[in-house]
Amino acid sequence: MAAPLIETRNLKKYFQTPRGLLHAVDDVNLTINEGQTLGIVGESGCGKSTLGRTIMRLVEATDGEVLYEGEDILKYDKKQMKKMHTSMQMIFQDPFTSLNPRLSIGEIIAEPMKVVKNVKGKEAMKQRVHELMDMCGLPQRYYNTYPHELDGGRRQRVGLARALALNPKFIVCDEPVSALDVSIQAQIINLLMDLQDQHGLAYMFITHDLCVVRHISDFIAVMYLGQVVEYAARNELFAHQYHPYTVALLSAIPTPDLSRRNRERHLLQGEVGNPINPEPGCRFASRCKYATEACKAPQQLREITPGHFVRCHMAKS
Amino acid sequence: MEKHLLEIKNLHVQYNTDEAVVHAVNGLSLTLDKGEALGIVGETGAGKSTTALSILKLLPDKVGEITEGSIVYDGIDIIKANNHTMREIRGAKITMIFQDPMSSLNPIMTIGEQIHEVLELHFPKMSAAEKDQKVDEILGLVGIQKTRKNEYPHQFSGGMKQRIGIAMALVAEPELLLADEPTTALDVTIQAQILQLMQELQKKYNTAMILITHDLGVVAEFCEKVAVVYAGEVIEQGTVEEVFTREKNHPYTTGLFNSIPDLTSDVERLIPIPGFMSDPTNLPEGCKFAERCPHCTERCRKEAPKLYEDGGHSIRCFLYETKGGQ
Repeated sequence: MAAPLIETRNLKKYFQTPRGLLHAVDDVNLTINEGQTLGIVGESGCGKSTLGRTIMRLVEATDGEVLYEGEDILKYDKKQMKKMHTSMQMIFQDPFTSLNPRLSIGEIIAEPMKVVKNVKGKEAMKQRVHELMDMCGLPQRYYNTYPHELDGGRRQRVGLARALALNPKFIVCDEPVSALDVSIQAQIINLLMDLQDQHGLAYMFITHDLCVVRHISDFIAVMYLGQVVEYAARNELFAHQYHPYTVALLSAIPTPDLSRRNRERHLLQGEVGNPINPEPGCRFASRCKYATEACKAPQQLREITPGHFVRCHMAKS
Repeated sequence: MEKHLLEIKNLHVQYNTDEAVVHAVNGLSLTLDKGEALGIVGETGAGKSTTALSILKLLPDKVGEITEGSIVYDGIDIIKANNHTMREIRGAKITMIFQDPMSSLNPIMTIGEQIHEVLELHFPKMSAAEKDQKVDEILGLVGIQKTRKNEYPHQFSGGMKQRIGIAMALVAEPELLLADEPTTALDVTIQAQILQLMQELQKKYNTAMILITHDLGVVAEFCEKVAVVYAGEVIEQGTVEEVFTREKNHPYTTGLFNSIPDLTSDVERLIPIPGFMSDPTNLPEGCKFAERCPHCTERCRKEAPKLYEDGGHSIRCFLYETKGGQ
């Protein structure tokens, strides 16, 4: 069993809004093991990106802990955190806005190393950048080009090379393939998986695409309105779903497999509720066809079968 | 043979930009019958949206130009039609749902007024009360409470706005609905609701539909026929069954299937299509997919393959060469 690298304990992030507190991340407990991938799935606005950013401390958590190899990094000061960021990196959804348009590809990839000052000398730096470009499948002729000259797939490779520059152990991938065409998407997914094998990277892979998450993840957490509603190993989750939201989510995915064409669809009614000052009960209750009075009580994440956690009082093994 | 509702023949569209001529659509042919649902699949830049805009003659002025081919809708030659005729067709006979529900509604008109406007334009003789009733009815069909008709677009969520877009597109009971990536901006559970709704309404009014998407799954579940487009050409077309059983496919279609992870089978590694789509300002003379194709031969680079038909299922590739071909 791989050792846990990152753990979140009761992690919360609330945003103050004119209408009240927005519960973006609410009491999330997750573990990411060394060299493995945790997939985070959910619809827009469910807090999956905020969760990634809170772990990276790009936004400050409201409450809770983020443990890196057992140490709470939320207590770190600026200097310690800067050092920490050599082990934790992030790649972003939009390869068009996450690269500085005024820097060349070579400069973008070199920037983290300039900040940390771990590579001495121009030649050594250039060599290291070339090495990173090779690793990410970027031809060296792009060294002096600018982001606007590259297409989405290549830009995403630049983002990845930049993230790898400091030899991190953990990368938060926030929808890294969502903006890409399917044929390019497959190239990037393969690259991510190869790099994981070669460098023992741990990923937190945030996406709304369940097909992709199934392909890449070891463990999967399903989020709904700031909370994890179901969490299990990949195969277990796709074999058994206990939370009504997970069931609906899986049946909503259109697939090119004709044998699934006439399956029973669990279509949801209504839309995602309001994350501002939510009621204490189950947040999915308003769209859930099984909802009862008992759903108005706060729901806890319970272990239904070993390693399979569900936030629904009706779930039974 | 019966006359088709829509017949596109050998359509060529180009964009004349300052720097170069972009060949967006290169000899695309399609037919569609009443009540049919056709899915057009392809990647960014394949010419899907350009085709839809050409049908409505909504290509950008001066830049977009139809250079060759014909589009005949219900006996009317769209390319030769004047603005007056087009105005009668748009919104009444052929309507369109756009990809981005956020920017395709007028922000300073209530949604009730916007739907009303469609009726005013196309049914000038209808009484005001009748129009109001029609607005309420269509809002009910798309699942929006009629009490909300005096609200503005910004008061609705993305999924709701797309429902309003659908209501506007269907209120005049068109014969042909062009849906350009109608659910790409939406979440999966909302996508499922919207597609289900479109399908129900399409059956109810017997509307023909062209669904433009890059998502093979959406086509498999909601269309009867499918056309795969690459570099402005149809490279494969047939019924959903013919194409998706994957017995016989164009190498590009196979490539698309191999690049998406699916929910039922376990593949260790995805097989991406190598390379990139050819530059539309400088297209190769032979098969446009040749550069990326695992079956490419000398001949593919020199000679453009035709669409070879086998009982309705046609593929633009020498691997399936038969006599004739179009």
